[in-house]
Amino acid sequence: MNRQPANILDRPLRASRAGDTMVSMSSFAYLYSELVQYHQNRVDSISELERRLESSGYGVGLKMLELLAYRSREYKREIRLMNALQFVSTTVWKSLFGKPADSLERSIDHADEYMIVDYEPLTSTFVSVPSDFGQLSVDAYMSGIIAGVLSGAGFSARVTAHSVQLEEGEHSTAPPSQFNSTNLPPRTEKAVFLVKFSPEVLERDAGMDR
Amino acid sequence: MVFLHLFIVNKSGGLIHHRALSPKAPQIGTNEWLRIGSTFHSLYAIANEASPMKLSQNKNVSGADDGIEEIQADGLVLRCLQTRTGIKFVVTAEPGTSDIDQVLREIYILYTDCALKDPFYELEMPIRCELFTTSVDALIRTMERSARLGIR
Repeated sequence: MNRQPANILDRPLRASRAGDTMVSMSSFAYLYSELVQYHQNRVDSISELERRLESSGYGVGLKMLELLAYRSREYKREIRLMNALQFVSTTVWKSLFGKPADSLERSIDHADEYMIVDYEPLTSTFVSVPSDFGQLSVDAYMSGIIAGVLSGAGFSARVTAHSVQLEEGEHSTAPPSQFNSTNLPPRTEKAVFLVKFSPEVLERDAGMDR
Repeated sequence: MVFLHLFIVNKSGGLIHHRALSPKAPQIGTNEWLRIGSTFHSLYAIANEASPMKLSQNKNVSGADDGIEEIQADGLVLRCLQTRTGIKFVVTAEPGTSDIDQVLREIYILYTDCALKDPFYELEMPIRCELFTTSVDALIRTMERSARLGIR
């Protein structure tokens, strides 16, 4: 008796196979497109649109943290800042997008800033931002997810998404993910998620080194 | 074999995209293209009405499949693909160009990917998606490259 119940709500939270938790990329793209249009009709400025997308993702982040903690073999809670960031850029990323984030870097100029880089961010796969929208990054939803996971784990942070033009010869080192295979030309922009932690988080983390 | 032009006409006959696919394509202004697009739309509808009988494989009661599929001339071939939602993709090419049908289907896929999934695209409005134009250019390049390799 191991037949899966047809209704997604009746299934157990524990994932039995990787394929069980997959959603068609087109379905996601259409749904996300509607989400952006919904918010776009209700805002006056680009920054407000980004803020609304972030808050849509925030709840997803909180729930992902809870779900992944439940699914992991040992119930452990990250208390160190670097470990929490690693958790976001590998475990969370893998379960959401089927691949780890491309890199996790520490900012050179500011000790409280970290960067998570993704060369093929899912949310902007099919999006061309019109020129009159300026610096809008539709990956703001993903930055909201990151903020949700981090603050759910006790690391309150301000996360912003930025689309950055790729430099000459720069490209993803990872082999193309089997789930994101489209016949579109290679991307010319990468997404950089800037994570800026609150001072008290850094203070607490520094205190643990002693 | 060279692909010359691509134009896309919406279901009410408005031109929503036009693009030269090769430097050999004749230089035609946007106003002329608007006229060509709506004229073709009308001719398609007339051909549809004038057709004495419905094609046997045509399951569509509105007869959307009975319009112009191809126009041949000494200097060019024009092929048209009309989708179920009434959008026409039209490609012109030099005579003897193969795979125009395949290009049309690929462009249809690119349209659903790059325009319909883009939150900033409005239905029936001109397509100004950067991703769509770069993808079409890349598609034409690969098609022409594979055709050249096939001839050798």
